[in-house]
Amino acid sequence: MSIMQYNGGSVIAMVGKDCVAIASDLRLGVQSLSIATNFQKIFPVTDRLYLGLPGLASDVATLHERFRLLTNMYTIKEEREIEPETFAQLVSSTLYEKRFGPYFIEPVVAGMQKTPSGGYKPFIAATDLIGCLNFAKDFVVAGTASEKLFGVAEGLWEPDLEAEDLFETISQTLLNAVDRDAFSGWGAVVHVITKDKVVTRKLKGRMD
Amino acid sequence: MEVSFGITGKGYVLVAADTTAAHSVIKVKNDVDKIIELNPHLLMAYSGEPGDTVQFAEYVERNIRLYQIRNSLPLRPPSAASWVRKTLAQSLRSRSPYSVNLLLGGYDTSDYTPHLYWLDYLGTLVEVPFAAHGYGSYFALSLLDRYHDPEASLEEGIETLKRCIAEISKRLVVSPERFKVKVVDKDGVREIEL
Repeated sequence: MSIMQYNGGSVIAMVGKDCVAIASDLRLGVQSLSIATNFQKIFPVTDRLYLGLPGLASDVATLHERFRLLTNMYTIKEEREIEPETFAQLVSSTLYEKRFGPYFIEPVVAGMQKTPSGGYKPFIAATDLIGCLNFAKDFVVAGTASEKLFGVAEGLWEPDLEAEDLFETISQTLLNAVDRDAFSGWGAVVHVITKDKVVTRKLKGRMD
Repeated sequence: MEVSFGITGKGYVLVAADTTAAHSVIKVKNDVDKIIELNPHLLMAYSGEPGDTVQFAEYVERNIRLYQIRNSLPLRPPSAASWVRKTLAQSLRSRSPYSVNLLLGGYDTSDYTPHLYWLDYLGTLVEVPFAAHGYGSYFALSLLDRYHDPEASLEEGIETLKRCIAEISKRLVVSPERFKVKVVDKDGVREIEL
């Protein structure tokens, strides 16, 4: 089995009307043995930017630490916080730096991007393990349940969902996809990001 | 076949590890201490490639000690776990990685909480209420799913630990005959005779 499936776990991000949502499961396993059911794969980068890191659990921690360093350095140098689109490029170049000995992670970025007019627009992106960016207008998926997530999201997602409806859509998509995946599950966490707040909810799901 | 596990309870962490040193099919020794005391409120059970284990454990012990000498303050369990994880993750992508799996148990004297961390040779770190390494994990984890209580007293915790050891002795083909058990709580690290 591939090293990408060794610890299990999945992440999904979706675009709504003036909001984005990002969600993940909470399992950490060693192949089919579950070790922990409280393993966070999604981390805040700024107040309106979140990063999901499904893949090898060791690299989840390593990359989380690395991106924390890089964004702190950016904030000090530029005297402002990093924007989602810029951060996606930073993720991409950081992964491509290790092109021939990669981090085994497929990052997902979700946030609210500042527009020149002073407003905010939803932004999501995902990359593969060597940093090939995928900017999607609807949703992005990653992790061991990615095939299932694609299927369910394709059926449930629709344009211009309000924050509450987007929460319901992303939650149902994730929960139903991970139930068909042996390597993901054991509860989930969902972040719904709007321009002035982030709502974080924990879901129980099937705990078996 | 090495077995180690740890459980948390009300204000303590119990860590147990087998005491056999095996060389292919031969048991060379049966009184090995595989749980190292890193500082007065921190202990670490190690298993894996013979040679790597002791080398790595002593490297960690000395670095934790060095930190304490330099800063006149011991590392708290979460920080110690982070440091060990970082060291293992860097070692994984080096020319000769350490093949060491660890359980790190500690009592945080500043906020009076017990912590148990599960680490493997890849540099995976997770905080857990109970954990196990080796073939024992297949028995101990399911048993602890049923019987673990985070609010259990030390006596109750030891009873649960005995159930795990009994199950391993009964079901594991190559079961170790002896276990060393250590506990860390507000009074520090001490060994327990079962």
